[in-house]
Amino acid sequence: MAIVVDRPKLKWWEHLYLPALAKGLRITLGHFFKMLRGNTKVTMQYPEEKWDANLPDHYRGAPALVTDEQERERCVACQLCEFICPPRAITIKPEEIPSDDKWAKVEKRPKVFDIDMIRCIYCGFCEEVCPEQAIYLRKDYAITGTSREEMVHDKEKLYEIGGVRVGLVNKWNALK
Amino acid sequence: MSDEKPDLVDVQIDGEWHQFPKGTRMIEACRQASVEVPHYCYHPKLTSPGNCRMCLVEMGMPPRPHPGEATPEADENGHLPISWMPRPVIACANTVAPNMGIRTNSELTEDCREGVMELLLANHPLDCPICDQAGECTLQEFSVEHGQGESHFREQKVKKPKNVDVGPRIRLDDERCIMCSRCVRFTDEIADDPVLGFTDRGSHTVLTVYPGKELANNYSLNTVDICPVGALTSNDFRFQMRVWFMKEVKTIDVNCATGSNITVYQREGQIYRITPRQNNDVNSDWMPDSHRLNFHWINGEDRLTDPMVKEGNSHRITSWQEALATTADKLAGIEGSEIAVIASASMTNEELLMVNRLVKHLNVGHVDTVPREGENDNYLVAADRNPNTNGVKLVLGLDNPGSQLDAIKKGIKEGRIKALLCLQENLVDDAGFDGETLDKLDFFLTAHPIANPTADFADVVLPGGCWAEKSGTMINVAGRLQRLNKVIDGPGQTLEPWEVVRDLIQVTGGGNGIYSALDIFKQLTEEISEFSGLTWGRIGDLGLPLIETGKTIPLLEREKERITQGLIVG
Repeated sequence: MAIVVDRPKLKWWEHLYLPALAKGLRITLGHFFKMLRGNTKVTMQYPEEKWDANLPDHYRGAPALVTDEQERERCVACQLCEFICPPRAITIKPEEIPSDDKWAKVEKRPKVFDIDMIRCIYCGFCEEVCPEQAIYLRKDYAITGTSREEMVHDKEKLYEIGGVRVGLVNKWNALK
Repeated sequence: MSDEKPDLVDVQIDGEWHQFPKGTRMIEACRQASVEVPHYCYHPKLTSPGNCRMCLVEMGMPPRPHPGEATPEADENGHLPISWMPRPVIACANTVAPNMGIRTNSELTEDCREGVMELLLANHPLDCPICDQAGECTLQEFSVEHGQGESHFREQKVKKPKNVDVGPRIRLDDERCIMCSRCVRFTDEIADDPVLGFTDRGSHTVLTVYPGKELANNYSLNTVDICPVGALTSNDFRFQMRVWFMKEVKTIDVNCATGSNITVYQREGQIYRITPRQNNDVNSDWMPDSHRLNFHWINGEDRLTDPMVKEGNSHRITSWQEALATTADKLAGIEGSEIAVIASASMTNEELLMVNRLVKHLNVGHVDTVPREGENDNYLVAADRNPNTNGVKLVLGLDNPGSQLDAIKKGIKEGRIKALLCLQENLVDDAGFDGETLDKLDFFLTAHPIANPTADFADVVLPGGCWAEKSGTMINVAGRLQRLNKVIDGPGQTLEPWEVVRDLIQVTGGGNGIYSALDIFKQLTEEISEFSGLTWGRIGDLGLPLIETGKTIPLLEREKERITQGLIVG
C-alpha cells in the first residue's frame, strides 16, 4: 500500500536555501577542526596505502599453486579444478614425470597450468576440489596487466604467487 | 507353466517372477530383469573363474521336506515357496534353476558387497588423482554404492611394483590391481598369447608378465579396456586427457574391411582415444591395436586445410570457388573419354554414389579405386585393408576394383588420358604412380586429407575430410551395412568428400539438390535395390546385414564355438 508523504510547507526564508547552506558549512567546519585535532579518520590513500594487513583469513584472492617443504610441486595435474571451474579459467596439460626425477613415483605433473585471471571469478572451487592440497586462493587481489596475455597466469607465475606451504598432508611419503 | 515351455525356467528376482532359458547365468538373468549385480571378474566374453566375489547374491530354492513333513504347495501361479540359503552364491558362475529365488537387495547381499569392497580397498592406493581410469573405474563406482566410507584396517598398505612396463603399449600398476584376472583370461582365451599370470600368491600377489616375454600382441590394448580398475593403462593415452572431459561418438573403424565398431573420444576438436564398441556380429568386444592407434595423423601437422591451385612450381592457397572454377575451366576442353577418375574404397556409399554421378555426368572413360591387400590375421584384421570395397562393387559398379589402374597409367603415358581426378587416394605412395606419368597430364586434381607426395603434381589440391570428419555408410567384409558418424569438424576449409564431389558436379554444369549425406542416402535407397526400404535410423548403431559375401570374421567363429560349448555367455 502506497504511503503518501506530504511535502513540508517551506517558509519564505527556507526557500532562499542560504540557511541550509550555512548549516552544512557548519558541519564541514566542525570536521575540519576535529581533523586538525586528529579526531577524524581520513579515507585510505589507495594504492599508496593498502588494507592488506586487515584482510580476513577467509579472504579469496588470486588462486595459486603451492610447493611443500620438500620442494615438491603439489599439483599432479588431475584436472579436477579445470573441471569444476565455473568460468573455465583453468587450462592444464599434464605430462609424465621422467623416471630420473626425484619425484618420479608421483608419475604425473602439469606441463602447462594456466589460469586466465580475466575469467577467474575467485569462487574458490578449485581450492575446495583439489585432492592434493595444491591450489590455494591467496590474498593477492590487485591482478592487473596491459594485455590479455599478461592476465594469464602460467605455471611459473602461479608458483611464484603460491610460494611454499608447510604442514600439508605428506601423501607421497617414503612408504608410498 | 514350465511344461508348456520346456526350455524356460521360472526365477524370482527381488520378489518378481521372470522366465529365462535354462542355463542362463544368474548374473545375466538379473541383467535381463534390469537388476544390476556389481561385478569385476565376470565378463560375458570370457570364462568365469568367480574370483572377485563381488557378485555374491542371496539365493533360495523350494524347501526339501524331511521325511514325514508335508511337501510344499504351489500357489495359484504354480510357484513353490522359496527357502533362502544362509550363505550367498556368486551370480556369475551359477545358472538359474526352476523356482529359484535371487535377492540382490537383501541385507545379506549388501553386507557381502560391503565386505568385499572393504577387502578390495584394503590395499588399494590413493592414486585416483593420477590414475587414468578415474571417472570410468568400477572400483570408484561400486565404492560409492557399496563402500563403507572408512576401513577397519589400521595396517600399512602392501607395497607392490608400480609403473611396470609389461609391453610396448601397456603400463602395469600392481598396487591398483584387484586380481580379477580378466587380462590373464583375455590373453589366454582370445589373443592366444598367454603371457600374463599371478605370482607370489597371498597378500603380495602380483600380476606379472612371463619372464623374458612381453604383452605385445596386436590385441594387447583390449586388456586396458576390460581392466575394471587402473592397473593396466595405455601408454598412448597415458595422462593425455581425463575421461570426463571427452565426448563420445559411436562410429566404425576404417582400417580394414571388418569395420570394427568403435567409440571415438574427442575434446574440442581433438581425438584422444578410440575404444572398441560391442557388436556381436562384427568385432565382439575387441579391436586390434594397430587400428586403434592409427588416428594421431588426424590432428597432425601435414593436414591440408585450404584448396590450392598450382602456379608454376608451387601451390597457392585459394578459395573453394576459385579452385572449382579452375577445375571447370580445365575440364571444359577435355573429352569425357580422356578423363579418368580414381576414387577410393575408403569412401562411404554416399560418396561413391556421388562419384558415380560425376562419372556419368562427365561421361568419364576410366574409373577405378586403389586396392589395399594385406594379410588376414585370423582374428579381426581382414585381408582387404579398404573399409568399403563392397560398397565400391555395389554402388560404383566396379566388378574388380583395381584392375583398371595399369590401363589408366598406360593411357596417361600414351596421352590418351589427359585429365585425372584422384579422390581421397594417394596415387604415388599407394598405387605406384610416378611423377613422370602424372606430369604428362593436362589436368590433375586431387582431394585428400593430407599433403601427400601425390599433391605435389596436382594442378588443383582440395582438402577432403578424413573418416572422422564425415558421415555415411559402409559395407564391411561380411556384407553388413554400418554407419560412419562424424566425430569432429575438419581443419580450416576442409569439406566432407561427398561435398567435394557434389561441388565438382555442380561446377561442371550438373545440378543436384543435395544438401546432406542423408539426402544421398535417400537416393541410394531409391536407386540401388539392396538399399531399398532402408532409413538412416533403421541401420542403427550396430548396422544391418545387407548383402551376402560368404566371408566370415575368424574371431567371431571361434566365439560362437565357445558359446556353444557353454564356456562363455557371449
